[in-house]
Amino acid sequence: MAQAQHGVTPARPPFWNDPNVRAIAFQVIALIGVVAFGWYLFDNTQTNLRQRGIATGFGFLSSPSGFGIIQHLIPYSESASYGRVFWVGLLNTLLVAGLGVVFATLLGFIIGIARLSKNWLVARLATVYIEVFRNIPLLLQIFFWYFAVLRAVPSPRQSLSLGDTVFLNIRGLYLPKPVFEPGFWATPVALLAAVVAVFLLRRWAHRRQKTTGKPFHTGYASLALLLGLPALAFAATGFPLSWDYPELQGFNFRGGIAVIPELAALVTALSIYTAAFIAEIVRAGIQAVSHGQTEAAYSLGLRPGLTLRLVIIPQALRVIIPPLTSQYLNLTKNSSLAAAIAYPDLVSVFAGTVLNQTGQAIEVIAITMAVYLTISLLISLFMNWYNRRVALVER
Amino acid sequence: MTEPHKPLPDLPPPVATVGVLGWLRRHLFSSPLNAALTLLALYMLYLIIPPVIEWAFLKADWQGASRDDCVSGGACWVFIRIRLDQFLYGFYPEAERWRVNAALLLPVLVAIPLFISGFPRKLWLGALLLLVYPVIAFYLLTGGVLGLPAVETSQWGGLMLTLVISGVGMTAALPLGILLALGRRSQMPVIRALCVTFIEFWRGVPLITVLFMSSVMLPLFLPEGVNFDKLLRALIGVALFESAYMAEVVRGGLQAIPKGQYEAAMALGLGYWRMTGLVILPQALKLVIPGIVNTFIALFKDTTLVIIIGLFDLLAIVQNAATDPNWLGLAIEGYVFAALVFWLFCFTMSRYSQALEQRLHTGHKR
Repeated sequence: MAQAQHGVTPARPPFWNDPNVRAIAFQVIALIGVVAFGWYLFDNTQTNLRQRGIATGFGFLSSPSGFGIIQHLIPYSESASYGRVFWVGLLNTLLVAGLGVVFATLLGFIIGIARLSKNWLVARLATVYIEVFRNIPLLLQIFFWYFAVLRAVPSPRQSLSLGDTVFLNIRGLYLPKPVFEPGFWATPVALLAAVVAVFLLRRWAHRRQKTTGKPFHTGYASLALLLGLPALAFAATGFPLSWDYPELQGFNFRGGIAVIPELAALVTALSIYTAAFIAEIVRAGIQAVSHGQTEAAYSLGLRPGLTLRLVIIPQALRVIIPPLTSQYLNLTKNSSLAAAIAYPDLVSVFAGTVLNQTGQAIEVIAITMAVYLTISLLISLFMNWYNRRVALVER
Repeated sequence: MTEPHKPLPDLPPPVATVGVLGWLRRHLFSSPLNAALTLLALYMLYLIIPPVIEWAFLKADWQGASRDDCVSGGACWVFIRIRLDQFLYGFYPEAERWRVNAALLLPVLVAIPLFISGFPRKLWLGALLLLVYPVIAFYLLTGGVLGLPAVETSQWGGLMLTLVISGVGMTAALPLGILLALGRRSQMPVIRALCVTFIEFWRGVPLITVLFMSSVMLPLFLPEGVNFDKLLRALIGVALFESAYMAEVVRGGLQAIPKGQYEAAMALGLGYWRMTGLVILPQALKLVIPGIVNTFIALFKDTTLVIIIGLFDLLAIVQNAATDPNWLGLAIEGYVFAALVFWLFCFTMSRYSQALEQRLHTGHKR
């Protein structure tokens, strides 16, 4: 009898109860569903496009655009193609995003550190800043800066000026422009040489301390190298740099760098808004390093400056960097709000004007989305790489 | 006999370390750098606060009926007072505005007991709020039944539209987000790949392009004759976009549940759906309530973008009113009002989420 029991294999469940079969069935059903839905949309679209007589394909990219763009970083004219419009828009987007990232990071770090200050007033002010600016919609802030501030400044003749070099009026912000004369190349080359020299010096100092125990303080030497070498090169080549100052001629300013008000408003609003989030990230990152770390560093004899540099900041950065990159990504995506104040970014000129002119919604929107997807993919690839690099090595 | 030793009474602490003076010294003037910072901050406040108070209160005009009544040179709050109804209800017919009020008050009244601990039948109330209320609100706002005159969605606007978009977006995004998060953590490769693609796609593109897409591409996707209302198209875009963010928030909660919980549920013989519904989700959702509230705040602020596709939410209607020739030059007043409304909503929600975080945190402290 016992033998019989051993010989019996447990009854297999009916196949519809077998988890593996079920899993495969579910997936096949899901896949068929998605493909069918996609086909349904595709089919509808084909029919609609045919009925409305809308052209398809990417041929439109080479036809002439016929409209002007107020800010272009690459040569552009009304006879340029739609493909050119795309590049102009993309570069304008990247310009806003780049400027925004720099200013937001600076402001965010200052405010985040101010929030942790022992000074009661400074800490309170930083808190008020954060709570005010992150709870007001970004678009409202952009409108405020554009319509209420930059549209309300005086006309070119009564420009607000700062030492007769920087001018602000309703046409925009005018900055002096550096003019590089021949021979200027020596200065950046000298700077590069100084960077290499500092790097070598530090390696040498490190090796000397390891072998002989004698420290060599590289701080002042590096500073002297970094400032001195370029300054020497600059002087030796006869100061080959002059400034082109904006000047009032007739009704408008000529010369200098002209920042259109749309760009100024957008960068201001984006930086102020994103800085509030970055400040919170910085605060959280610094607070995440336990106080025991500081105490341990002090008991090892490190001074406060070194403690900050060698112990606190590396650990805080590990917490700060991932959310920081996602804020950069948010800033880049938010720069698309440019469309609301007609700053010629990718969404405004490409997904706006080009779409209206050609009517090829699918191609235009697909290209626009693909650009943003690529940017976000690149940033998340960087983040994953960074996370792997700084992850705690646990035993 | 020696006298028993009697210590002298304690000297009072130095004046500079106690009381107001001590507080000032410790918190504002502890070092030369801090003193400089304090003075700088005080100077900045001096530059900002008196002019703002003068503009907004002392020199402001509150009474009147037109632009001409604003004479004292400060803020012209008359503008806000006259336009307030429009800012709140958009172009909703005046006689029907009680319906908006009713639709907004109803959930508040039903939700109040939910916040009182120990109130019986909370689950039923919650289900009522989630399942029955949307239907009631839909018919209240659009009308056309029970003798209520129909109101076109093109007449909706102002704060009411902002609340409708964010409310509907949220209610639709939460269940969708939960499903996507479960799919992303599923063992089945096809399901997982589909969910990951969906989530990463929507998270990678800006909301503006999504709104553009829903307004220009959705009509192309649908068969002949089917035409969606402009508001509905925006709502679909917002819900899909927000569900991807919600999915990531929920996934965070799912990842925080220890494996033992799954194993224990399976050992009890629970299948996937009962394990998820009875054991995993209640714990995971509780963990991420603050994250959900934060997503809602972001969505609430993002509703302002519908201006791009021509819907009139609070910001759009303020913007529109500021270009009225009778009220030119009053954009700042309008923006300040809109900012104040948005700020009040967002700040209250973020405080609530912080309080909730602290209250819910207790269960996990050892």
